[in-house]
Formats: sequence, structure tokens, C-alpha cells
Amino acid sequence: MSKPLEGQFALVTGASRGIGRSIAIALAEAGANVAVNYAGSEAAAASVVQEIQALGSQSFAVQANVGNSEQAESMVKQVLDQWGRIDILVNNAGITRDNLIMRMKEEEFDQVIETNLKGVFNCLKAVARPMMKQRSGRIINISSVVGVIGNAGQANYVAAKAGVIGLTKSSARELASRNITVNCVAPGFIDTDMTAGLSQDLKDKMIESIPLARLGQPEEIAKVVTFLASDAASYMTGQTLHVDGGMYM
Amino acid sequence: MSDVFERVKRIVVDRLGADEAEVTLEASFKDDLGADSLDVVELVMELEDEFDLEISDEDAEKITTVGEVVNYIQSHT
Repeated sequence: MSKPLEGQFALVTGASRGIGRSIAIALAEAGANVAVNYAGSEAAAASVVQEIQALGSQSFAVQANVGNSEQAESMVKQVLDQWGRIDILVNNAGITRDNLIMRMKEEEFDQVIETNLKGVFNCLKAVARPMMKQRSGRIINISSVVGVIGNAGQANYVAAKAGVIGLTKSSARELASRNITVNCVAPGFIDTDMTAGLSQDLKDKMIESIPLARLGQPEEIAKVVTFLASDAASYMTGQTLHVDGGMYM
Repeated sequence: MSDVFERVKRIVVDRLGADEAEVTLEASFKDDLGADSLDVVELVMELEDEFDLEISDEDAEKITTVGEVVNYIQSHT
């Protein structure tokens, strides 16, 4: 049986850990070659690369802070130099700097917007050119359920993640005529490093708000991203898929 | 001059599907040749490759006619 993404070239940002790691591996399992972007976790990125290579796909790690436009451009250039094309971009890189608005520092707000929102713009802009020339491309942005329903203590993160949904729709309209689709996945509470730091008490409370009554696994997000990257989603663009155990409906 | 114009014309005809006779120096990409904003962006990308030069976003925004492109290329190569 041929794999749905056989022979395609993907770039996943923030792919050394958490959801990004699962996405990179899932794309490779579907047959894609995957460039693994990381900001700081070099060793973790290297282990993802090894895992992908063990699956029989090409892979390499590329360091970049996506919030910096020059670094984002240079990252995309490295992938193009290596492979000559990019079929799939997954904008997953994200950070948190949680605080109540009353206590949130301007830097905390700016840092999160820069990585989580401007980072998506930077990468999207950098791949738009090669994808326009190819007359094909799949861009998948990772938002969050809190970008849709809000969350106390995460004004910066929520603003950025809501922004990603708007950016998805605008870029979907701009790029549609060149056969480039842009879609968004909004995960709920997923069992990763980002949520591991939360107290059990808080987790129990969170679970009460989830109809499926459990945290999601990173693989459950990765499956949906793989679907959006595949031919099965060829007629979808500008959409946000909510993969959150029913939190938002 | 004529060489640059001929090369630009070929790309414009190829990219915009315009009739060769319509591609004059005075022709406006959007008003006369039926290009939309994205077509112009793509055209600029292709011209950059063809003439091996980089056209900044600021300059690209000012380009509206075939003649302006030809002038730009001549003064930058």
C-alpha cells in the first residue's frame, strides 16, 4: 500500500518536543521527508531526526527562532537548498508566559505574540514564494482551543492563538488561486511538557470541562494534521478543526 | 533595450496569457493586461530569476507598467 505523503517534503516548526514532535513523526509515517525545526532543544531535535530516518524518510534538524524573520527565511532556504521544494509547512512552534493581565509584563506579552503569531507569519511568508512557483502547497497552523474560548491567565497566548485563526483565513484567501491551502488545527488540553507542569488539582478541573473526560494525546493532533496535509483534504482551505475532546462545539 | 523588453514581454505573455501585441511599454499590468495583485507579485518573482536581480518590496510596489519594469531592470543590471 502506498503511503499518502510518499515523496513529499515537509517542514515542521517546534518539532523537537510535544505536539510538534508527534506531527513530524506522523508525517514521516505517512511517507513524507521532514525537516525538524527547533529553537533550543538540539539534542531532542536530533532524536526526532533519528526516529524519522529509522522510518525510512529523509530528515535533518534546522535551528531557528521563528519569531525572527531573518532566521525564519534562512530556515526555509536551508530546506530548499537541501530538497529543492517544500510541500507541507506545519507552523507549530509556540511558547507560554502565563500571567494575569494585571501582572503580565509587556515583554511577556510581546514574546508570546512574537513567537506564536509573528512566527507563523514569518514562516508562511517565507514558503509562499516557493509554493506559488510550485503551484501547490499545504500550510497547517496550530492554534488552540483557548484562542476560541479564552482562558484566564493566558491573555498573550490566547491573543496569539486567536490571531493564528485570522491569519489562516486571510492567507487561505490570498493563496487559494495558486493551489495552496491553509488550514488550522485547534488542540484542546494535550498531554505534553506544556501541560505537565500544571497541578493535578488544575488538571482535574480541566478534565471536568472536557466532554471526552481526558487529556488528548499528541498523536491525536498529529493524525488530524496528517489528514490536512493529505489528498483527502484537497478541497478544504481556511478551516479550523477543533481537536479538543469536545471542549468547543 | 530591445533585448530586455523582448525577454520581459515573453514572461508577461507566458505568465498573464496576454496577447503579444498588447504588451507595449505603456501597458499597465493591472489595467491593460488583466493582472491581479498576486499576478504582479509572481511576475516580479519570475523577473528576479530571469535577470538574476532582487527587486525590493518597496520598488516592486511602484512598478505598474511594462516600461517601468524594463527601465528598472536596465538601471539595476
